[in-house]
Amino acid sequence: MNIGKTVANETWKTINHGSHVFKAGSAADFHTGDWRSNKPVWNEAKCKQCLLCVPVCPDVSIPVNADGKISGFDYDYCKGCLICVKACPFGAIESEDA
Amino acid sequence: MAIRERLSGNEAVSIAMKQINPDVVAAYPITPSTEVPQYFSNYAANGEVDTEFVPVESEHSAMSACIGAQAAGGRAMTATSSQGLALMWEMLYIASSYRLPITMATINRTLSGPINIHCDHSDSMGARDSGWIQIYSENSQEAYDNFIQAVRIAEHPDVMLPVMDCFDGFITSHKVENLNLIEDDEVKKFVGKYNPPYHLMDKNKPMSMGPLSLPMYYFESKRQQAETMRGSIKAILEVAADFEKLTGRKYGLFEEYKMQDAETAIVIINSTAGTAKDCVDQLREKGVKAGLVKIRVFRPFPVTQIVSALSKCKAVAVMDRADSCNGAGGPLFTDVTSAMYGRADGIKVVNYIYGLGGRDVKIDDIHSVYNDLQEIVKTGTVKEVYNYLGVREG
Repeated sequence: MNIGKTVANETWKTINHGSHVFKAGSAADFHTGDWRSNKPVWNEAKCKQCLLCVPVCPDVSIPVNADGKISGFDYDYCKGCLICVKACPFGAIESEDA
Repeated sequence: MAIRERLSGNEAVSIAMKQINPDVVAAYPITPSTEVPQYFSNYAANGEVDTEFVPVESEHSAMSACIGAQAAGGRAMTATSSQGLALMWEMLYIASSYRLPITMATINRTLSGPINIHCDHSDSMGARDSGWIQIYSENSQEAYDNFIQAVRIAEHPDVMLPVMDCFDGFITSHKVENLNLIEDDEVKKFVGKYNPPYHLMDKNKPMSMGPLSLPMYYFESKRQQAETMRGSIKAILEVAADFEKLTGRKYGLFEEYKMQDAETAIVIINSTAGTAKDCVDQLREKGVKAGLVKIRVFRPFPVTQIVSALSKCKAVAVMDRADSCNGAGGPLFTDVTSAMYGRADGIKVVNYIYGLGGRDVKIDDIHSVYNDLQEIVKTGTVKEVYNYLGVREG
């Protein structure tokens, strides 16, 4: 679910009191990357898998897989802050217009 | 077995709080409400209650602490007046939109400026659209009774909205009157244990309150809140019926005083209703068919019920102890007239702004209003709709 999008069959009669959210970790349902003006682009050839970009991401936009490697961005949450671009020592992340 | 006592409004409400024994009371002192948390802090210090008493650094924090406590599953209460209520403003809306059944004693005092500590209703009238249920009390007995009922109303499963019990600063808050208290255990039994359907501390049912609600959802949230407010009339009357069974004291949405055959009537809120009832009695002795409607529940506004109470009158004066400075009339007047529009057309309705900043209102003042109404009935014409009572016109 993306709570930034209307769910037409939800009316004032069916939504929760006070718009309360009855589940844990529901922030993942809010796609905060909708309003990005720049986006980072991953260059696989230049990437050394050092993972320095991962902890500097203020959200969860650079997922690490089971092998401990990254394979690009999850743009659902990327707001285009480009901190990862600055953090990459190898020029493997470049900025583009979103 | 009722307890006969003589107490000020503030004492009576602080005793109600003690008898309820809430989880949290968070408050900041402001005249004339200061005594409520002051007395209560004594009960807390003496171990007479189990309450966590939080002496916060402002009213904004007082309401915030109540919101936090209530969201965590506790029963929270506070008291304030005037600037204190004004400083709570943004948190009032948070409390109601989160559907947190907080109970607050609002001891009516005028809003600055010019700065003034005395009674009018500009503080609570300003908060009339904040999504809180507003109940008004004429005297200490009503302030006490309404505070106890407020807890049950707020926590009613069909309501879950905060409630303020409003009564007049100094006039009711500091005047000592005879009243009947309910036994401690009867109060506890009446309000019951607070069992919130959900709360933030329940690790088995994780939840969030106060999420971002963008244009796709905000409107539905407010629509739901408005409908709940409108529907809360049923719960308010249900709680009043239970309260009557316990105490014999009858409460409705408003009190009708000698309205059966009244040709002229005053609609009024809080302590001045007492003065006005004396005036009605004097007029009745002279054979004048005068009546009075005293509003108890102002939010939700009892639209159709007010119309049917006034529908047989020929002329009605709506008395506002707050001026909206809007060129149209005081808050009670605009609500009464909009209720009557299309439902009881043809009745002459006029407005009197009175008692601002604690200006005394005497029986003679109320007499002059009934005289004006009789003149309107006689001539069939209204000279001025929006009037001021007891101001030096020069």
